[in-house]
Amino acid sequence: MNINKNIAISDSGFLFNPSTGDSFSANPIGKEIITLIKEGNSLSEVVQQIHLKYAVDQDTLEKDLADFLYILKINHILKEDE
Amino acid sequence: MNRRKITVAVTGLNNIDSPGPGIPVIRALKESSSFDVRIIGLSYESLEPGLYMHDLVDKSYAIPLPSAGSQALFKRLQYINSVENVDVIIPNFDAELHNFILLAAPLKQQLNIATFLPNREVFDSRHKSELPEFGKKYKINVPKSDMILSIKDFKKIEEDYTYPLVVKGKFYDASIAYNQEQAISYFHKIAAKWGLPIIIQEYVTGTEVNVTALGDGEGRCIGAVAMRKLYITDKGKAWSGITLDDPELISISRKVVENSRWRGGCELEFIKDEKDQYYLLEMNPRFPAWVYLAVGCGQNHPEALVRMALGEEVSPYETYDQGKMFIRYSYDLIVHMSEFEKISTLGEL
Repeated sequence: MNINKNIAISDSGFLFNPSTGDSFSANPIGKEIITLIKEGNSLSEVVQQIHLKYAVDQDTLEKDLADFLYILKINHILKEDE
Repeated sequence: MNRRKITVAVTGLNNIDSPGPGIPVIRALKESSSFDVRIIGLSYESLEPGLYMHDLVDKSYAIPLPSAGSQALFKRLQYINSVENVDVIIPNFDAELHNFILLAAPLKQQLNIATFLPNREVFDSRHKSELPEFGKKYKINVPKSDMILSIKDFKKIEEDYTYPLVVKGKFYDASIAYNQEQAISYFHKIAAKWGLPIIIQEYVTGTEVNVTALGDGEGRCIGAVAMRKLYITDKGKAWSGITLDDPELISISRKVVENSRWRGGCELEFIKDEKDQYYLLEMNPRFPAWVYLAVGCGQNHPEALVRMALGEEVSPYETYDQGKMFIRYSYDLIVHMSEFEKISTLGEL
């Protein structure tokens, strides 16, 4: 998985997709997850790094992350590896 | 830098909730790097706001409605030209273009006024009622559509469509009908307002995206900017929009402009469906009211049109800024009654 290369992400977590004109605001953790994906981390690495940093149980994290990735996918921000 | 002084007459000064392109075209020309433009406003009604925008419009004249015919228009332009010495006219209404195309040669030969319009054949080929043929000719997806003159005609073609379908006027207006009753009601409403024929069109779902473009009439597309509406009024007009980075959409638009040898400004309206296929819904034969967004992102189409109308060589624009937005607003002009009286009684302001 990776973030579509034409997606612009600002420091404030504002995302802009220039091919559709859609824009979104991610909260700080959302932005952190997007940044981790953009840096080339795999799903398990993202889970590991967030889990190390925040007080969250593994199940909740995995469930919330799956929801978040689904939202990114349907909004054409995240694409699956081919 | 020395800018050449020219006089350009512009129509479409109705800067209301369904705005005409006149004022955005004028703003574009006022920002020209090549020309110092004196603007002559041409109006059909005394309440067109552009008439009273003296910082943009230097002098205004009322002109006869398109239904008065081309000769009445020519006579009026003859008079206006005798006072103003007009270099170029940019008409901005669909309904008036027929007359201006008819007058293009006499205006140039007798009054030395340049226009930059498509010829009659090309103009007619992109008409809403001709869209299926246009799509076939230029290999562009278009929704299925039929032209009808009566309810009887509608009933004959009704079973070729599924609901919802779109009922469209020949120049303006479109409504989505979810059943036969609604379709018949919209037929009567739109026919009463804009006349016949009415166009019945397949309803394609997806995201509406628009392109403002300029062709040189020789098969070159001089500029094209893609925009998605972000805020739409109940009349379907964009109150806010954003430029897109969509190479495929720009490529399709260029193909339409180049292959049809379109001469002048135009607006291409597309729907991008769920499978990312583009369907051309309409090709409007003049600049859209949001054409100033093109200027804001690096392509001054009205200026390029004037340069071509005056016989200058123009290089095509290749890029524009993506992610630039326009946000429209309304503004109350305070006008003295004497101004309204002047344009209403003398036809000049």
